[in-house]
Amino acid sequence: MARSQSASQTAGPYVHIGCTPNFAGLENMYGGHELGAEMFSSDAVGTWMTVTGQIFDGDGMPVTDAMLEFWQTDASGRYAPHGGSEGWGRRAVDAEEARYKLRTILPAGLGCEAPHIKVWIVARGINLGLHTRIYFDGQDNWQDPVLAAIDDPVRKSSLIATRDGDHYTFDIHLQGDYETVFLNV
Amino acid sequence: MSLHPQALTPDYRSSRLRSPNQKLLSLPAGPGELTGPTFGHGLIGPNDNDLIINYAAPGQAAIGEQLMVHGYLLDENARPVSNALLEFWQANAGGRYRHQKDSYLAPLDPNFGGCGRTITDNDGYYSLRTVRPGPYPWPNGGNDWRPAHIHFSCFGTGWAQRLITQMYFEGDPHIPLCPIVQSTADPKAIEGLTARLDMANTEPMNFRAFRFDVILRGKESTLFENKLEGN
Repeated sequence: MARSQSASQTAGPYVHIGCTPNFAGLENMYGGHELGAEMFSSDAVGTWMTVTGQIFDGDGMPVTDAMLEFWQTDASGRYAPHGGSEGWGRRAVDAEEARYKLRTILPAGLGCEAPHIKVWIVARGINLGLHTRIYFDGQDNWQDPVLAAIDDPVRKSSLIATRDGDHYTFDIHLQGDYETVFLNV
Repeated sequence: MSLHPQALTPDYRSSRLRSPNQKLLSLPAGPGELTGPTFGHGLIGPNDNDLIINYAAPGQAAIGEQLMVHGYLLDENARPVSNALLEFWQANAGGRYRHQKDSYLAPLDPNFGGCGRTITDNDGYYSLRTVRPGPYPWPNGGNDWRPAHIHFSCFGTGWAQRLITQMYFEGDPHIPLCPIVQSTADPKAIEGLTARLDMANTEPMNFRAFRFDVILRGKESTLFENKLEGN
């Protein structure tokens, strides 16, 4: 018997309690280990890099109660097999400036898809989690089907992290002139 | 069939500046949408799904009405989603969250953290023990009170199935008044988010049971599975 999907409801302002409880102040919850703290084990092969950024609302104010999740291939273009979670990570943004920091390896492209990290965003005021992607400046992005589907250069650039050596910057704008492109996956 | 709320639901004020103006860019599901992180049962500690004691001092327990919430994680074709991670969070019995930004006057319960998790079994079944959360007032421009609710974070087997939702309690008079609940606009959707009293599984002189199933995006008759099997 077919059943309707459960409707999404906002994660609300306290999603950090449920998903990053130690960050939220529940000391030593789950042995003090935060799920998704590491994208890969430290011996994973690949080009290690950091990605940092902030998330803003339509007034340019930081969305300090946001929680972000990330999903990517390893350096050989594989997603973790069933039963694994390598290549997945989760971050609470900080309470003052809504910043996040991710240490990971550069993903590989897959088929015609350029290397990218998938991002899922929830927060108070977001009724249904938002999907987007982080692409990387300097990679072969031109034939990627998502980027190719965006005509406006400003919109397109919203999905491409800027590079400074092994450090990339990727900000997220939920609304407004610099609005990030969000995906219906 | 999905009954998700729109991004912009003005009666829920926080959505006004946090909803994209532009249309979402539609994307055929690829390998990265069909796969997703999965976690072993070894992740879960013995009390992780018992919010009554998982933050309490030894020998102590959270204050409130004792409940078991249980049910199945299924897809749209009523097939079980097995071995999937579920995470829960909620206010305490007085309606207060253990969070530095929650300044509601109801007191914290020193023995209640308000956070739990479990992994579904082979049939998609899950259960948790907790206390019934209290309703609480929240700033939305008027005299707004949230119905009692438990937040659910649900992983399926694919990234495209990721879902966060809220569980409400049958008969709560705040359900029709709450702009967050009503963001879904469809009575059927709200019914689907409402847990039912389950006397058959209520344990005499111990706890009441509530039944709540979560239905994730399907794997058949949808683009999602057509892609998985067709490409």
